[in-house]
Amino acid sequence: MNDVRDETGEAAGRAAATAAAVTAADVADAARLVGFGLQPRLLPARDVEYAELIRRYREDPAFARLADAVAAGLGVVVMEVSPRAGMALAAAEDSVFAVRMGDYARRAASDAGDRFLHGLAHLAVAALAFPRPEDLADDGYIGRITVHGVDAFVRQACRRLEERADEDGRTTDPASDAPGLEAAWRVYARRSSTGATKDARRLASSTTGIIGKAVAFLVDSGFLQRTGDESGGTYRTTARYQLQVRDMAGSAAMAELLDLGVVPTSDGTPTLVPAADGVDDDLALDAGLPFHSHS
Amino acid sequence: MSQAPPSVWGVTQTVPYTLPDAVRPAPGPAADEGLARRLKALACTAPLHDLDARKANLAGEYSVYAMAEIALAAIDLVTLHMDFDTGADHDQIVTRLLPRVAAQAPARTVTEHERVARWVLENLINVGSADRGFRAVYGTFGADGHYVRRDYDFKLIEEVPGPGGGVYLRTTDEAVNVLVGALDTDVTSAQIAAEVKLEVLISRGRLADAQLAAEQARYRTVQYAETLRRTLEATRRNVRAVDWLRRVPDMIAEALDHVADRYRHENAILTNIRKARDEAEDPEHKRRAAELVDIVKDCIRRHTQLQSRLLEAGPLFRAEQDRQAFAAPPARAGLDLYGQLVAPLLPLPVEQATRVTDVYFARGAGLRTPAAVRVADLVELLLTPPAERDHLGAEMPEPDLVATPDDSRFSDEQLEAALALLDLPADAPRRLSGLLAEARRRHPADGDLPYLIALLAVHAASPPVGTAHRQGEPTLLFAVDDGAELDDPEFGGADLIVGTARIAAGAPQ
Repeated sequence: MNDVRDETGEAAGRAAATAAAVTAADVADAARLVGFGLQPRLLPARDVEYAELIRRYREDPAFARLADAVAAGLGVVVMEVSPRAGMALAAAEDSVFAVRMGDYARRAASDAGDRFLHGLAHLAVAALAFPRPEDLADDGYIGRITVHGVDAFVRQACRRLEERADEDGRTTDPASDAPGLEAAWRVYARRSSTGATKDARRLASSTTGIIGKAVAFLVDSGFLQRTGDESGGTYRTTARYQLQVRDMAGSAAMAELLDLGVVPTSDGTPTLVPAADGVDDDLALDAGLPFHSHS
Repeated sequence: MSQAPPSVWGVTQTVPYTLPDAVRPAPGPAADEGLARRLKALACTAPLHDLDARKANLAGEYSVYAMAEIALAAIDLVTLHMDFDTGADHDQIVTRLLPRVAAQAPARTVTEHERVARWVLENLINVGSADRGFRAVYGTFGADGHYVRRDYDFKLIEEVPGPGGGVYLRTTDEAVNVLVGALDTDVTSAQIAAEVKLEVLISRGRLADAQLAAEQARYRTVQYAETLRRTLEATRRNVRAVDWLRRVPDMIAEALDHVADRYRHENAILTNIRKARDEAEDPEHKRRAAELVDIVKDCIRRHTQLQSRLLEAGPLFRAEQDRQAFAAPPARAGLDLYGQLVAPLLPLPVEQATRVTDVYFARGAGLRTPAAVRVADLVELLLTPPAERDHLGAEMPEPDLVATPDDSRFSDEQLEAALALLDLPADAPRRLSGLLAEARRRHPADGDLPYLIALLAVHAASPPVGTAHRQGEPTLLFAVDDGAELDDPEFGGADLIVGTARIAAGAPQ
C-alpha cells in the first residue's frame, strides 16, 4: 500500500548506512508516528513533530519498516503516509480500533431495518462524495455533499425502482411473515425523511437523522470537514476518506456483493452512461438511468 | 408514460419465473390485482376512521369532535398550501384548523381545540411509529396459487425538510387520492372530467356541486405541479436520471398545452360565474358564487405558476447538462460506487443488502481509539465532583461604558407638565396663546416650559394619524391654523387651535 514511499537511490543508500542498528529511540519514534496516525483529525501541516516523522518515514526505509511493524502489531493497516494525508491508518477486522455497528447505533443491534439504513447511509455518503469512478481515482478530487442531498439522491433511486416495479406490474409489498425478503429500497422509501421533534433537533430515526449521524461520525474519523449549515449540513471530503473508500471499504463491499452472486459489470466508464450491451434499443434512450447501466 | 421494458435490467431481480398464461392456476396474481388495488385504497381511509375510534381513549371527553372531518380538512389545507419549493407549515395548519374544531365544540376552551387539532395532525403523520407512516396487511394469491399476506406501507402526510432547516408538511399521492375520492385515475383525464362536470353544473345553476368540482380541479393542478417539481429536482441532481430525450419534453409539451387549455377554460368559467354572482338573487347563491370565483382565481394563479416553471425547465436542463456532462475525461478506471454498489444493492432483499452494508460500514467508518484508564485515575475520576456545566456560555467581557452627557433641553418633569396642560377634553380645543399663558402662570419659574408647549403644538399641526391608528390609540393631539395671529412676547406666528381628536376604530380609507 505504501506505493508513495520515496525510494530514490540516495535515500536507499543512506538507509543502508543507518539500518545497521535499530535503537530503542527509533522504536519510540515509530510508535509515536503510529500514535499520531491514530488521531485521524491531526494533520502533519499542523504539527512540526508529526511532519518531521512523516518525512523520516518517507526517506528512511528502515524506519518505515519499523513503523509498519508497530502498526501491524497494533492491528492497524497503513494505507498511505504522505504530507497531505498524514499517516492514514485503517483498523484491521478484529482490531480494538475497529468500530462495531452495535456500538455505533444501539437500535441497529435489534432492528434489521435500522441496521441496513445506517450502513446504507455510509455507503450513500461515499457514493455522492465520489459520484464518478474518476473522482475516486483522482487524488486531487475533493467531494462535497449535503445531508439533504444524500437523502434526496437515495430517495430518488428508490422512487425509480418503485416506478419500475409498478410499470412491470410487480407486487413489491413484502410478505408479512418474511420481512427479510423485503426489497432493500422499500425500507428506505417508507422511512420518513425528516420529522418534527419536541426539542427542535433532527429526528434520529428519520433518514436525514441517520445520514446526519453518519456524517458526524465521519467528521470525527477525520474523513469529512464541515463547511456550512445549508441543506442539513454541507461537508467536504479529506484525502483520508478517499483512501479509505478506495482501498478498504469499496473493494470489501464489492467482494461481498460478488459473494452474493450479484455481478455488477463495469468497463471503467461511469454508471451514468448508456449500457453497452444494447439488449434493448428502447432502453438505450433511458439508459442514462443508473439502474439500467448494469445488466 | 414510456413503454415498460422487458425485465432484463436486474440481475438481482427477485420475482420468480411466472408460468405462461395457459398453465397458470387461477386465481392468479392478475385476477387478484384489482382486488389488491381496492384493498390498498380502502386501507388509505383506515387512519381516518381510526381517529374516531380512538378518540375515546384520549384523556377527556372528546366524543363531541368529528375527528375524521378534521383530518380531511387538515389534508385539504396541507394540499392547498403545498407549492413548488416547500410544503405547508405545521403551526399554520393547526391555526387554520382551529375555526372548524371550535365550531364543533364552541363551549370548550381554545387550548382544548388546539390540542385536538394537533392530535389529529400528529396522527395523520403517525408520529409514534418509526417510519412515521401506516401499514396495512392484505392477502393475494401468488403465481403458484399460494395465498400470501403482504404489507402495504403508506403515508398520508409526510414531513419534508425546508430550505431554512425547518420541517414542512406535504400530502402524499395516497392522501390526495383519498381526498378526491378518485382512486387509481389518470391525472389529465380526471381533470378534464372535473372541468366538464363543472361547466354542466354551472349551466344548470347547481353552484354547490360546482364548487366541489372546482376544488377537485385545483387538487389535480397541484398534483401536476408536484410531478414537475420532482422531475426538476431530479434533473438538478443528475441530468441522466431523467429521460430528457422523450419523456420530459413530452410531459412539458403536454403540460403547456394543458395550462393553455385550462387557462382558456377557467377564464370562461370565471366570466360565467361572475355573471352568476352578480345576477344571483338568493344571498346564499351569491355567496357560493363569490367563493367559486375565488377558487377559480386561485386555479388560474396556480396555472400561471406552473407555466412559468415549465418555461424555465428547458434552460435548467441545458445548464445542468453543461455542468454535469462536460467534465474532464476519466483519468483511470476506478470503482464506481453508485453503479457497482448502491444501484445493485437497492433491489436486493434487505437481508442480503445488509450483509454488504455491514461490510462497508466495518471498513469504511474509520477507526476509534478505545478509552483506557488506570485504576488510580479511575478512582480520582469517579470522586471528582462533576464540572459545573456552563450553559450560559463564555463570560461576557465587562463593557467599557462612557456616560454620555445629558444634553436634552427639556427634563422629564417639564414634559409631564406640558402633557398635563395639553391633555384637553375632546370637545374643548384651546388657543395656543391661552395654553402659553397658563403654563407661565402655573410654573412661573420654568422659563423653558412655554417653549416645549409651543414645540408640541407645532408638531401637532401635522399629526401622525396613520401611526396612531395602526397602534390602536384612542385619541390624537392636533393643531389647526385658523388665521389668527399669535400675540406673545416670546413667540410669533399663528395662534393655533390645539385640541384632541378621537380616532374611529374602523379601517382607514
